[in-house]
Amino acid sequence: MNLDNEAKGSEDSLEQRETAGLSQGQIVLRRFVRHRAAMISLCVLVFIILFVFTAGGLALGSNENPIRIMGWWQWDFTDLPPLQGVMGEPTLDVFPEFIDGTGMQIGMHPFGQDSIGQDYFSLVIRGAQQSITVMFIIGAVAAFLGTVMGALAGFFGKWVDQLIMRFVDLIITIPTLIIGAVIGIQIGNLGVFFLALFLGLVSWTGLSRLVRGEFLTLREREFVDAARVAGASNLRIIFKHILPNAIGVVIVSVTLLMSGAILLETALSYLGFGVVAPDTSLGALISTNQDAFTVYPWLFWWPGLFIVTIALCINFIGDGLRDAFDPRQKRRISRKDRLSAKLAKKKS
Amino acid sequence: MIQYIIRRIGALLLVLLGSTFLIYNLTAISGDPLEDLRLSTEPNAQILLQQAIEKLQLDIPPPVRYFNWLMGILGLGGAGASFGLTVEGSAVIDIIGLAIPITIRLVIISTILSIVIGISIGIISALRQYSRFDYSITFIAFLFFSLPIFWVAVLLKQFAAIEFNNFLYDPVIAPNWMFGFAFVGAFIFASIVGGEKKRFFITLAGAFALNFAILSYISATGWLLTPSLGPVMISVMALGVAFGITQLSTGISNRRVLIISLALAALTPVFYFVMQPVFSETFEGSMMWLLAIATLGVGFVVGYAFGGDDKGPAARTGMIVAFLSAGLIVLDRFMQSWDDYYNNEWIFGRPIATVGDSKPDIAGDFWIMGVDAFSHLLLPTAALMLVSVAGYVRYSRASLLEVLNQDYIRTARAKGLTERTVIMRHAFRNSLIPLTTIMAFDFAGLLGGAIITEQVFAWRGMGTLFNTGLAKFDLNLVMAVVLITSISALVFNLIADLVYSALDPRIRVTK
Repeated sequence: MNLDNEAKGSEDSLEQRETAGLSQGQIVLRRFVRHRAAMISLCVLVFIILFVFTAGGLALGSNENPIRIMGWWQWDFTDLPPLQGVMGEPTLDVFPEFIDGTGMQIGMHPFGQDSIGQDYFSLVIRGAQQSITVMFIIGAVAAFLGTVMGALAGFFGKWVDQLIMRFVDLIITIPTLIIGAVIGIQIGNLGVFFLALFLGLVSWTGLSRLVRGEFLTLREREFVDAARVAGASNLRIIFKHILPNAIGVVIVSVTLLMSGAILLETALSYLGFGVVAPDTSLGALISTNQDAFTVYPWLFWWPGLFIVTIALCINFIGDGLRDAFDPRQKRRISRKDRLSAKLAKKKS
Repeated sequence: MIQYIIRRIGALLLVLLGSTFLIYNLTAISGDPLEDLRLSTEPNAQILLQQAIEKLQLDIPPPVRYFNWLMGILGLGGAGASFGLTVEGSAVIDIIGLAIPITIRLVIISTILSIVIGISIGIISALRQYSRFDYSITFIAFLFFSLPIFWVAVLLKQFAAIEFNNFLYDPVIAPNWMFGFAFVGAFIFASIVGGEKKRFFITLAGAFALNFAILSYISATGWLLTPSLGPVMISVMALGVAFGITQLSTGISNRRVLIISLALAALTPVFYFVMQPVFSETFEGSMMWLLAIATLGVGFVVGYAFGGDDKGPAARTGMIVAFLSAGLIVLDRFMQSWDDYYNNEWIFGRPIATVGDSKPDIAGDFWIMGVDAFSHLLLPTAALMLVSVAGYVRYSRASLLEVLNQDYIRTARAKGLTERTVIMRHAFRNSLIPLTTIMAFDFAGLLGGAIITEQVFAWRGMGTLFNTGLAKFDLNLVMAVVLITSISALVFNLIADLVYSALDPRIRVTK
């Protein structure tokens, strides 16, 4: 019991000592940086984004008149190089020579070639670009709309609240995959940008409910009254006084929304209601190649691994942010901290 | 209260009107359902086209057509309630009627299993917070969250069906696999039990030896081809169930309840021999319900009659123990039919199915059909469960941790209640309250089906209907699925709110 109290005491003081004189943002940042899984995920995600966008280059413009900026990878996802080997096996080899013979190499087609000879590395890279783009656009659109709508509904109440929340009910009623499929079948051929934009237009509803809830409690607080007495306008109160207090909820749920978005896009493309040929996406790649699993397993593994890695990173970052923003979250006292505290005590 | 419900149902109908109108028009403008017919070179194509346009009222603009459709649904169109016709001209209601039971069979089992398993794992994880087990579970839950279900489904088909069926030709487990399975299983078990280092390693060694012995037995006797539990195994397992359930519900220290449940468990082998002739090849599936009710009744009566001061808890424990023990007997009977199923001429010795909801050519007694349903349900259920179990693990863990930090838990501990009472009575029950909302959402998705899972495993349920309907721009088919899903979502949402307010008196619905 005594030991417990001691640990508790040192825990509190440790917490206070560490956060003294820091702004809320700095405290959150510190906590986030300390979340090991989240930091590793962030690094991996940044690396993947840089990697796929530099390797594959950028394909802008419409399908009719494309504008291409080449990346550093030698093949383009539309190229049709001759088939290497018996059936275009991957040339990537990560084991050195003394383990398996061929030695570490990247080769001409590291992820192999598909059944008509397209370089699979460039296809996967292109698919990952599409999925990441969709993820960020849906995230941005939904974050913006969800925050604004939720803020308006929560702050003004009355008929504004009724109107917005009934509309939210209307969208929430329909399962995401169904509404996504109906949108995808119309918008899919316009390109990934519009697809993501329209999916974003129906993805903000959950977030707006959360933001509304936050606003409902925050608008009754004293600092809002104080701001109003001081003559602040409604807009200023919403954006300068209340929103910064609700930002934690927004950021956390937007990250989770983004990991949902990447799974939604791949699922839609898998069903054929998302990104359509000649362009490609990770879901479409899996859909085309799933039946050939026994013959060409690599055509199936790579896109799936990319989806899982990206979604996993986003989920861990979201978890780290949630912990960082949670004021009740106490730092875990590691054995090292306890030891150093004990040493310090002995010295004194 | 009644007023509140009526008001909610009114709002619900309005929302339904809006959402169906939206989807109807979006789907209607997305494509032409008669494109095949238009491009057709058949001599009578023109006439067919005319007929189809007339039947589907395609000459009327979508917003107006929506109201015609709505009148049809409400039965105001003249010929009774109707969901309209598909592009091919058959009645949508017949197709939906066939699809709904298939979807429910697929989804309900996985939902219930993931609730039970997810909550159990989540609770263990919360009780062992910041342990090795907790960290591993957290990581695995995040991993499952991030898995695209269609990817997992293909992997399951390859490794759990094709490779497993190959393995069944010669079901001898290689020593290194046996070693691996036994070790992983033992490690998980020891992590759950927890404790100091010494205790951990003792548990690990014990569980490893037991696992290894079981696996050797399975491998050596070809158990996977002719599985059965047998009276001895059933008795041992029933006694284990009795101990476990008593520990959870009243604690082993309550001797009276312990004796009641052990007595019920001891009856199991007797019933095993009594039931064997009853579970014959002419056994009717509907009898199972009667037997289940009878079993619960026996458990209740025994518990209530001999419960002494604890009639309620004793009756409850008795019911659960009786039900689970009887379940073992039924499970054993199904296992006895596995051999027949495996050697059936339509199975070709590949029992785990990768596509379809049943083998159409198989005719057999209740038991064979049960095994057939099991072998078709196994993979889709596993795929669905992987994703939703992860959700329940996370939510129940967070919810229990939240509750454990409350003051009333400290009060309960301070007044000297046992840890079991604090966890099971005070914490666990309260931690379930927030979970009702999520469960309601999950059940609401039941009717909509698992769009992707049904597609991958070729089940002819609601999800597949939606897919084919949307791909062919078959408006009435799509709308029927949307309508059913939306209604179930709204109704379950309402139920969730009502249940929530009933469970938590601080929340008043009539506000």
